[in-house]
Amino acid sequence: MGTLATPMTSFSSSSCSTELVLPHTRYSNQFKSERSSSAVLSIMAEEEEREVFDANDATLLVEELRGHFNLGKTKNYEWRVAQLKGISKMIVEKEKEIIMALQQDLSKPETEAFVSEILLTKSSCEHALKSLQSWMNPEKVKTSIMTFPSSAEVVSEPLGVVLIISTWNYPFSLSVEPVIGAIAAGNAVVLKPSEVAPATSKLLADLLPQYLDKTNIRVVEGSVPETTALLEQKWDKIFYTGNGRVGRIVMAAAVKHLTPVVLELGGKCPAVVDSNVDIQVTARRIIAGKWACNNGQACISVDHIITTKEFAPKLIDALRTELERSLGKDAMQSNDISRIVNLHHFRRLTKLLDEDGISSKIVLGGRTDEQDLKIAPTILLDVPEDSLLMTEEIFGPLLPIVTVDTLEDSFNLILSKPKPLAAYLFSNDEELQKKFIENISAGGITINDAVLHLTVPGLPFGGVGESGMGAYHGKFSFDTFSHKKAVLRRSFTGDSTLRYPPYEPRYLGMLKALMNGNFLRVILVASGLYKP
Amino acid sequence: MHSNPSSMEQTAIAELNSTFISGATRTFQWRETQLKSLLRLLTEKEADCFHALYQDLGKSKLEAFKDEVGPLKKSIDYTLTHLKGWMSPKKAGINLLFFPAKGKTMPEPYGVVLVIAAWNLPLNLALEPLIGAIAAGNVVVLKPSELAPATSSLLAELIPQYLDIKAIKIVEGGVDVSQQLLQRKWDKIFYTGSARVGKIILAEAAKHLTPVALELGGKSPAIFDFQSLSSNVEVAVKRVASGKWGTLVGQACLAIDYLLVEEKFASALIDMLTKTIKKFYGESLNKFSRVASKRQLDRLQKLLKDPAVADNIVYGGSVDKDALILEPTILLNPPLDADVMTEEIFGPILPIITLNNISESIGFINSRPKPLVIYGFTNNKTLKRSILNGTSSGGVLFNDVLLHFLCDELPFGGVGSSGMGRYHGKYSFDTFSHEKAVLDAGYLVELEARYPPWNSFKMAFVRTAYKLDYIGLLLLLIGLKRYPKVHKD
Repeated sequence: MGTLATPMTSFSSSSCSTELVLPHTRYSNQFKSERSSSAVLSIMAEEEEREVFDANDATLLVEELRGHFNLGKTKNYEWRVAQLKGISKMIVEKEKEIIMALQQDLSKPETEAFVSEILLTKSSCEHALKSLQSWMNPEKVKTSIMTFPSSAEVVSEPLGVVLIISTWNYPFSLSVEPVIGAIAAGNAVVLKPSEVAPATSKLLADLLPQYLDKTNIRVVEGSVPETTALLEQKWDKIFYTGNGRVGRIVMAAAVKHLTPVVLELGGKCPAVVDSNVDIQVTARRIIAGKWACNNGQACISVDHIITTKEFAPKLIDALRTELERSLGKDAMQSNDISRIVNLHHFRRLTKLLDEDGISSKIVLGGRTDEQDLKIAPTILLDVPEDSLLMTEEIFGPLLPIVTVDTLEDSFNLILSKPKPLAAYLFSNDEELQKKFIENISAGGITINDAVLHLTVPGLPFGGVGESGMGAYHGKFSFDTFSHKKAVLRRSFTGDSTLRYPPYEPRYLGMLKALMNGNFLRVILVASGLYKP
Repeated sequence: MHSNPSSMEQTAIAELNSTFISGATRTFQWRETQLKSLLRLLTEKEADCFHALYQDLGKSKLEAFKDEVGPLKKSIDYTLTHLKGWMSPKKAGINLLFFPAKGKTMPEPYGVVLVIAAWNLPLNLALEPLIGAIAAGNVVVLKPSELAPATSSLLAELIPQYLDIKAIKIVEGGVDVSQQLLQRKWDKIFYTGSARVGKIILAEAAKHLTPVALELGGKSPAIFDFQSLSSNVEVAVKRVASGKWGTLVGQACLAIDYLLVEEKFASALIDMLTKTIKKFYGESLNKFSRVASKRQLDRLQKLLKDPAVADNIVYGGSVDKDALILEPTILLNPPLDADVMTEEIFGPILPIITLNNISESIGFINSRPKPLVIYGFTNNKTLKRSILNGTSSGGVLFNDVLLHFLCDELPFGGVGSSGMGRYHGKYSFDTFSHEKAVLDAGYLVELEARYPPWNSFKMAFVRTAYKLDYIGLLLLLIGLKRYPKVHKD
């Protein structure tokens, strides 16, 4: 595919050559150990840090996993339960290590890391364990007179060998959450964690083989070359979390083998704020959905706010007050928010601020510290529509506020942009809520809060349009990694000779009656009493 | 509308866009009206439909109704009955911690969708997806197959008469038109046809992140467990015959492509099959449906001309070139690497492959791409289980053929190279909808622990809360529960 041949520096939204990203070119140890002789092992020991996982290795890996998958072990309920329990155990036993890795990669505060990465995945795991049996049961469905007598059901079966490509901002949960779904559905899995979060990547590469069945679940670390090699293989499904640019590359690579894909992408998630709200709670929830969310580096964090010209100053004041309450007088000193992940993103964000005419729009914050990779929570008022801040996904602690005359005007603003992963409305006006829900197309919507819909296992989590395709969480994870096979069982009793050639003239009449559900007519025609 | 001018097309798409934005297609009334009109079209213009299908493919009235018009009418009825329910939001369970939050999923249309139909069921494969697209509230461009030109013209003529032309447009044409259409950004593409073209469509869709449903084909096998069938074997043979030659002489994605049987029963089976063919169709060739075109006939003849294959013809092989008829042809154990055993046949040729034991059919099928359907003719429960659990296919049908196509409650679609996505019944509605998650949080309860600054109390709160340990939470809140110190508080 032409697009893959284009030289690229990175698959994540960062480029490789920065001081803080380790050039990760080694691959997971356990891969070689499964199939090597001692000669190869000794070579490996010398070249460990310099081996590149190439297309050949990827092909062998997939072949090996497919061979294991075909043995049928992953289809068993017991196997799936054992793996899920293994994940649960891993999360409990290695909580400290996970939190430390997240600290290293993102300076993520412990409580935030605990809630957004540890707790979420642990409860997903438990939810899957509890529900797995019922998810796995075939679903009996109704049949009609058309196929009478018959019985029909929909059977869930694993797709086979699946590839999960994760990202850097929630590097633990965005890796483990899809893995939970893939395992629950009975697949063999290759996980490629993000190299932009190297400590978590390494931790996953070390821990997964310890706690899970490594003949069917593997981790491949690396960056562009490794990911490219993996994407050339025939997978039964590819699950990708990241940005739209690479999402296109993943989908294009999947074409060759007609591999179905799930793309969890991003977008500019707007928050519309009405004046009839409890302003203090609203401000706190916006903070929770922006800066307490990996410092705005989250696919569903509030990207920008739209509110009325009248209300904006009050909202800014409330945000100012609540920010101080949450993060102290000098937010740059606070350890309660993540840092900017690396220099590349730091520079990307400062570029947004450095654009002509932007700095005069700053009403709060604006300070940056390249040394510590910190940018203060920054609020801007009415930056130009065509500015970078308003056209690119921000993914950082900058919050533009756009003012409109009436809140209905916000709808057009949102609809003029690509469909986001999430959209938020803070309002007590039920009419407005209804209109918002009906007219704004997004992956998901939360009213009077932000981000929360992600935490509900009963709700599908995924995008639409530019923000992605497919969904997961809870049963949706199981479904997304399953093939739903249609099964119809027929017997030989009551075989009607009418259905075979040479066709009698009355057969057409009978078929018409059948398809109209006209039972009486069917009987009359069949018995010869009615000749259509 | 004709092959070019693209400016005409641009105006058409612009109109579709503004219709969608106006919200006209979102109402139940609009969708119901369109579906009822479509039903009227199929009733009032039934004769025209039959005539077009006869012109394009030599389809008899019976086959035209049985395989195309009838299933469409049934689908519309089913959709009309259930549409309101499908359109309404579905509640999602929220745990008590978030009380009084309410969660639900709401289906919404994707927007402007493209439906591309195949030639072998040119009416059904155009309108069945259209039913789903309309039911889900989208605006649609439908491109019928140019290889069934009479049906394509008929649709181009009738659809504007019966349906809302501001929302549903027919674009006729061949490859160049398809290519042009594919340059645009669609909100969804639904394609029925071959894997080769499916890949082209998927590649174009990838540029715009357009979700795609591909209804493809493959080599759908029939496993014939002669022994276990015992007294049912005659009926089973009749069903195999209709599953091969009963639907446009095998030119259907669901047709039995090849058959697997134990060696010792092969000649008995062939004997019964040939007797059945004669009983169904008589001795002369003129009772058979014709092959769709000279090109198709040439392709099929080429499969038989392979010298390694020609030797294995045990029945049939005769051709009436002018009438475009190829007699039902049975092959016994052609080489597995011959084209007839590697390409989808899509015609009246039936290879029979013999095995030592019928259980070997599982491995045989698994060593090949996943088919659209597997037909299992057997009364043996163990074999049924092996087929169901040991193979993967779009669908599985036991002891009959084709019928699952008619089940509104079964998802119809492939897996692997037989396709992605599914439709029929509610699955049609779903495949053209985005299921939007909506959470309505409340202002009633405020959880301090959600906000920085972080401290040990909040950490303990969160731990306890997620265990849904409400007593613990209460104790914590009133100060009676001890918690470890974390952070630097």
